[in-house]
Amino acid sequence: MNLIAKYFGRGWLGLGYVFLYLPILALVIYSFNDSPIPSKWGGVTLKWYAALAEDREMLAGLWLSLKIAFYTACGSVGLGTLAAFSLVKYRRFKGRTLFSGMVSAPLVMPEVIVGLSLLLMLVSMQRWLGFPERGTLTIWLGHLLLGLAYATVVVQARLQDLNPQLEEAAMDLGARPLQVFVLVTLPMIAQSLLSAWLLTFTLSLDDVVLSAFLSGPGATTMPLVIFSRARLGLSPSINAVATVIIVLVSIGVIAASYWIAHKERQRSKDLAAAQRALP
Amino acid sequence: MSAAPLQRVARWLPRLSGRTAVIGVPYLWLALFFMLPFLIVLKISISEMETVRFKDLIVYADGVLRLSIKLSNYVFITEDDLYFKSYLISIKYAAATTFWCLFIGYPFAYFMARAKLTLQPALLMLVMLPFWTSFLLRVYAWKGLLSEHGWVAEALMALQLDGPLLRAGLIESPGLFMNTPFSLLIGMVYTYLPFMILPLYANLAKMDLRLLEAAADLGATPWIAFWKITVPLSKAGIIAGSMLVFIPCVGEFVIPELLGGPQTLMIGRVLWDEFFSNNDWPMASSVAVVMVLLIIVPLALFNKYQAEAQEARR
Repeated sequence: MNLIAKYFGRGWLGLGYVFLYLPILALVIYSFNDSPIPSKWGGVTLKWYAALAEDREMLAGLWLSLKIAFYTACGSVGLGTLAAFSLVKYRRFKGRTLFSGMVSAPLVMPEVIVGLSLLLMLVSMQRWLGFPERGTLTIWLGHLLLGLAYATVVVQARLQDLNPQLEEAAMDLGARPLQVFVLVTLPMIAQSLLSAWLLTFTLSLDDVVLSAFLSGPGATTMPLVIFSRARLGLSPSINAVATVIIVLVSIGVIAASYWIAHKERQRSKDLAAAQRALP
Repeated sequence: MSAAPLQRVARWLPRLSGRTAVIGVPYLWLALFFMLPFLIVLKISISEMETVRFKDLIVYADGVLRLSIKLSNYVFITEDDLYFKSYLISIKYAAATTFWCLFIGYPFAYFMARAKLTLQPALLMLVMLPFWTSFLLRVYAWKGLLSEHGWVAEALMALQLDGPLLRAGLIESPGLFMNTPFSLLIGMVYTYLPFMILPLYANLAKMDLRLLEAAADLGATPWIAFWKITVPLSKAGIIAGSMLVFIPCVGEFVIPELLGGPQTLMIGRVLWDEFFSNNDWPMASSVAVVMVLLIIVPLALFNKYQAEAQEARR
């Protein structure tokens, strides 16, 4: 009985991971496909990568997307840290329920609704104030809303696990609240800030619906280019750009995980040393 | 600039407490860019158009205060078959996606949580990694996998699964898997599966295993202990995961657009067309308002769970 359960469990997990990774594998392999029919294998080629280097529309989209993703990640981590800090440290304030609702709602709210409502507001705002034009700035505002929600969740989880005694000790030793935050809290949540930054960066790099609603003339992000081509059918150029992105993101994520694991080890070593120093 | 105003600001600053600033900045931001837009959508959905501008809802002229609310969009939504059907189809597919995610995800999260402790971080990382690769590209990949000659299409043919799928009404003709309810469902389950697994795993990994030992001591078989102890204790995770899947699925646009077919017109697409093709902003707003009404109960449930999960952590 137990043995059956064990193998059943392994089988289920194995099939699950195949399901999760099969499309990614297919994307990469078919980016080297030398065949006029995109779904049929026909030998190895690098011609799609050569074509990608000439693809002005895609490259311009990629550059714009990277810029927006960078600003989105920075803004989301900043605002998300403030929001997480409010929710964890201040147990009671006016409208806290509404606040926590507004923070987590964008996690699940269908993007067509968020995109439409934000656009209609920005259009009304433009009629009143003559600003902002639809374009990079408005896309950034939309992505920031989504990124804020995700960053808050990540940072909040870390803040809740912190030992409040460390901050209290710093306060007892005469540090002001801002000093406590910069010197004690910030180094301890640095890893979660990095994870949140990377997560919101990739979210922004990926977004179609919000960008479609909020973009203006001349502001076509890479996902919009990919989406408009994918709607028409299979296109090997998408596989090539996908492979490039997958490789870049994997390098980034692996490097970040190494750094986080290294920091974690160092911290436990420091803690052990501090324990030993105690009489 | 002279020094006097600067000094005045400097004297005033400490009085603005750090607490107010920390809460105030994200609060105002969300109120301005999340809450206010909804109110504007609500207003536009009931506004009359005057050429290209919306009329004000309340007009004061000649000593008469007029409040005009245009409900024709909402009346149209209830009368026209297209909208009703699309809402129904959206809810149907969102519910089916939630069911399959739970069916695949629950055992998956369970076996993850019961795997060797040293293995668990790696297993978790492997579930999170697809998050980092573009969702759009992964959905697009299914287009290739399910088209003629695609890996999955070939495998399904080899296993002779197209017959049962045809009988279940998930595909229309043997051997053609793309742009059918089947391809849409695969794409949605694939995309949202991690959103189901992660909260379930977080919940199941925390469970006190001594409860199962106690149940075994009292004579329960593992199967009975699973249904009477593990499943009820993971209720919070099941609700969180289901809401994380169901709510965004109702308004999903990209997946039906890439993988769906003529049978699967979902409400996200209808809203998109009203806005981009018909340029009918009030109608698009009304469609959005009705969609919000549909998901408001699941949304409240989700927020309640989120708040409770935070309280439970401390």
